[in-house]
Amino acid sequence: MMPSVTSIETPVIDVRHVVTKFGQAVVHEDVSLSIRRGEIFAIAGGNGSGKTTLLREIIGLITPSAGTIRLFGIDSRRLETGDGHPIHRRFGVMFQNGALFSSFTLAENVAVPLREHTTLSAGLIRDLVTAKIAMVGLPPDSAVKYPNELSGGMRRRAALARAIVMDPELLFLDEPTAGLDPIIAAGFDDLVLSLKNLLGLTVVMVTHDLDSLWRIANRVAVLGRGKVLGIGTMQELSRSDDPVIREYFQGPRGRSASEQAAWNHARRPT
Amino acid sequence: MEEATISVKDNVIHCRGSWTLPHLSQLERGGRAIRWPETSTVLYDAGEVTAMDTGGALILQRCIDGVRSKGQQTALQGLKPEFAELLRKVEAQWSRPKRGVSVDTRWVDSLARAVQSRQASAIRALAFVGESTIAFGHALVRPRSIRWRTLLRIVELDGVRALPITGLLTFLVGVVIAYQGAEQLRKFGTNIFIVDLVGISLLREIAPLIVAILIAGRSGSAYAAEIGTMKVTEELDAVRTLGISPMNLLVLPRALALVLALPLLTVYADAVGVFGGMLIALGELNVSFVEFIARFDEAVPVRHFLIGLGKAPFFAAIIALVGCYQGFQIRGGVDDVGRHTTISVVQGIFLVIVFDAICSILLNWWDL
Repeated sequence: MMPSVTSIETPVIDVRHVVTKFGQAVVHEDVSLSIRRGEIFAIAGGNGSGKTTLLREIIGLITPSAGTIRLFGIDSRRLETGDGHPIHRRFGVMFQNGALFSSFTLAENVAVPLREHTTLSAGLIRDLVTAKIAMVGLPPDSAVKYPNELSGGMRRRAALARAIVMDPELLFLDEPTAGLDPIIAAGFDDLVLSLKNLLGLTVVMVTHDLDSLWRIANRVAVLGRGKVLGIGTMQELSRSDDPVIREYFQGPRGRSASEQAAWNHARRPT
Repeated sequence: MEEATISVKDNVIHCRGSWTLPHLSQLERGGRAIRWPETSTVLYDAGEVTAMDTGGALILQRCIDGVRSKGQQTALQGLKPEFAELLRKVEAQWSRPKRGVSVDTRWVDSLARAVQSRQASAIRALAFVGESTIAFGHALVRPRSIRWRTLLRIVELDGVRALPITGLLTFLVGVVIAYQGAEQLRKFGTNIFIVDLVGISLLREIAPLIVAILIAGRSGSAYAAEIGTMKVTEELDAVRTLGISPMNLLVLPRALALVLALPLLTVYADAVGVFGGMLIALGELNVSFVEFIARFDEAVPVRHFLIGLGKAPFFAAIIALVGCYQGFQIRGGVDDVGRHTTISVVQGIFLVIVFDAICSILLNWWDL
């Protein structure tokens, strides 16, 4: 299993009593959680439980109706304008469908943050982009391809390369494995894990892929009914009494994922 | 903020500080500025590197590679294990000599490719015209298969809602023609011929053309963008798999709606344009409305009106088919939608004018 994270410094992300309403619809009644440096933190929950909304609030794309969100101790409302705030260099975001710019090649896509936020020489940018593309496991010749020439899994990796090109401290992944086949999804999990170890990332991911939750998440928060229903490691959550969490993890899919995880764990050489 | 430096002392390269993104430019310059030792083995001391990211590792690796390429050995000491791991990763993936992908740029090849792609697109366009003709034939035989509700909605959107702008535009064109004519006609005292000038030019050529150009910009582009977006979002595939022909669902209602709407718009444009001419005739040449209309009756044979009107449905078919065709050609993403939308307008107007010119030549032969 993952080494447990015990540092007690200020949390990288601190979400306090967040309330979100869209007109009449209440998405979050009262959500609080904090994410520590160096962990892989997953936000789980059923469809419509406000996982992605919470992620978008954390990265400052939308503002909660009430409550505060602090990113590296800075109020995320100050991120909203989006322009050139130095904090944007400290986190990378991988969107669900990649959100690659379709008129740019893969290499140009990955280079965008470097071109916009640094004054590095063109040669150095090219080398860095090449290194990142290799790091996410894409073949070098894919660099000149356009997003519509890449497969879904490759697009996901390309989006990851763009998210980590600035060597951020914090990486957000929105449904990183949704729509990928189980083998590629597992490969993606391994990739996230190895990059996290290599680059010292803190990873926040929104997912309902139970396999990925078991495989790589250090801690998981389950959202539902506008609240955080439970927070902790997968082992802790799988013993939870909350009916929604039980349903979520003890349903047929949840059970097979947990059995698989136990089996993998038993087989892992010590 | 902590600085990052690279320096030489006693033939040892000293790396210090935070080797991270904000300092990379500085490091790159520093690496170029120092005098590299000529010894057979170059020693790197990285004991004082406090932070390193991928970019920093890359710079270090490039320095090491540069030394190695000159035939010298390198040795690295003092690098913290977590940074060493990163360096190893960068080295493993970076040292691949694959740099840039060669693209064949010989002009013969690019010419051949251009000809091939033109040929392919010409065949596709012909196939599209054929397909739509067949669909049109089917629809004529079984008018029930036409989607009348969609068709009427498009007539409203692209016909009725276009009334203000087409009216304003042809009114102004009528005014302009009358003004230009008035100057010349007054010199010869042949004021009443303003009726011939305005009537014939507007009814036969200008009103249908103005309307067609306007609709090409307004509706042809919209068709391309709509169908293209449906293609990008896989809606078209969904339509096909539901057993509905995109031809029937999308192309036919649009084409038929424009074929219906454009002649009607042309008649309206004729009237408004001539009215604009009448106003100027009254103001500039003292030709009263009564005189104007009386003269109109004898000076402008009805065939001019019919020729103008007769061209309108063909203009409509050209605009609708070009718009829809360009929509279906959209493959990739956002910029492709923009490109094909532009092409649909340019090509639509181009073909309309070419068709109009051919008509003029043929009608001239037949003395009409």
